[in-house]
Amino acid sequence: MGALIGLWEWLGENLIIIQIMIKIVVIVAPLMLAVAYFTYAERKIIGYMQVRIGPNRVGPKGWLQPIADAVKLMFKEIVIPTKANKLLFLIAPLLTLGPALAAWAVFPFTEELVLADINAGLLYILAMTSVGVYGVIIAGWASNSKYAFLGALRSAAQIVSYEIAMGFALVGVLVAAGSLNLGDIVNAQRGEGGLFNWYWLPLLPLFVIYFISGVAETNRAPFDVAEGESEIVAGFHVDYSGMPFACFFLGEYANMILISALTALMFLGGWLSPFPASWVDGVFLLGDGIHWLFIKTAIFGFFFLWLRATFPRFRYDQIMRLGWKVFIPITIVWILVVGLAVVYQMPWWFD
Amino acid sequence: MTFEQFVFYVFAAILVFAATMVITRRNPVHSALFLVLAFFSSACIWMLAEAEFLAIVLVLVYVGAVMVLFLFVVMMLDIDVETLRAGFISYLPVGLLVAAAMALEIFLVVGPDNFGLENYAAPAARAADYNNTAEIGNVLYTVYMYPFEIAAVILLVAIIAAVGLTMRKRPETKSQDPSQQVKVKKGPDRVQVVSMEAED
Repeated sequence: MGALIGLWEWLGENLIIIQIMIKIVVIVAPLMLAVAYFTYAERKIIGYMQVRIGPNRVGPKGWLQPIADAVKLMFKEIVIPTKANKLLFLIAPLLTLGPALAAWAVFPFTEELVLADINAGLLYILAMTSVGVYGVIIAGWASNSKYAFLGALRSAAQIVSYEIAMGFALVGVLVAAGSLNLGDIVNAQRGEGGLFNWYWLPLLPLFVIYFISGVAETNRAPFDVAEGESEIVAGFHVDYSGMPFACFFLGEYANMILISALTALMFLGGWLSPFPASWVDGVFLLGDGIHWLFIKTAIFGFFFLWLRATFPRFRYDQIMRLGWKVFIPITIVWILVVGLAVVYQMPWWFD
Repeated sequence: MTFEQFVFYVFAAILVFAATMVITRRNPVHSALFLVLAFFSSACIWMLAEAEFLAIVLVLVYVGAVMVLFLFVVMMLDIDVETLRAGFISYLPVGLLVAAAMALEIFLVVGPDNFGLENYAAPAARAADYNNTAEIGNVLYTVYMYPFEIAAVILLVAIIAAVGLTMRKRPETKSQDPSQQVKVKKGPDRVQVVSMEAED
């Protein structure tokens, strides 16, 4: 163990790039595993909600199903349509997956556990998630198919619309915390009240809007008009097969986990314990820790699946109405409210 | 050459290449995508110049929003490539002349005579904890308050004008009114129970 720590420190001094690579692997590998088992959880949970069993053939209780899916997708042929734009057709899946993974670079898992602790972390995450839309647009255009193209157009309009509401919701958070650094945002939610000190209470409308916009941003049901299998077959990825399709799939689920984790970080105190520090000081697992972040993220991940099993798909004009005429005005009004609360140092949260 | 210079030249080369491709590619979608690449590499160069906030905002606003809408429009255009190709050679000499004149003008204004290192010393590198976002915010909302607010109002006027231009009502088109639809009640609006006599 001592030798390993010595090697780690030696790497930090001499070959810092290798050290950073190892850190990236330590973040991405569990993330990919989480994505794989998130798909399994989705099929099982929606199965139970619809009074089915879900996958139960591969391995004990179907536990190996995601592995089998991954192996199947890896060995499938990559079909490229004849008149497709080959280069763009193959770049598009990478443009979806890349930003979805890059956004995790500034994500703080605990006080110290963060790859790049930059000042403008929140801005960086917004920029990265907004770049992800190119994968969908380019895929739809490069496939040279009308269904794919319709899916791309729908998704471009939808993602751009909901990004505004999402950005405004985050403006409320950064006004409240007075910082763009994600670690500082979590620390600003620390207080004697435990979970009542988190931002979900003073920023309740922004919290709800952020999560719903997140569902729309990731093109998940009930906002999945970009895929709409009963309307436009499968939308932007109708012509994809094998690994390129798997990249879209991984990107979508990585984005879902990212939105869940960000909601937990921004509004539910990230790694902070829900109990006041004076009650649980020194009690095993009840104090602050990374496990709280995982639990909160898992709850929001479950919400994604629950929404999908419960609601029918929105009609396109209703999606636009909700985004532009309901969410954006509410967020703007609430930013004013938060601004006033911060200026006049409202007790409990902002004093 | 230091590592920083090497990174600068790599991104500068990508930027110049992408900018050239923007004006030479025939397919407008390719041009728009190269413009995205150009924005992205200039954001990387700004990052090297320690303007982190501006670099990320450039990606967020131009790459993430403006170019997405731009692509959205360009993809829907039905363009005949042959007509675009037709005038290229005949316009080339004029185009080159204008480009050379502009390049010369830019060189004269921002060239080394006016902005060389002997006129403006290179700013000292800041420490890692220097908060560039807070600095910009402080200056923007104190010293440059009025220009900033005026720019915001001009943008607002442009938004209202654009909305006003598209808001013409055409009585012959039929459309759904979602605000009416969401007000529908379960009772008399949506379901109506009709009693009918049974037929033989």
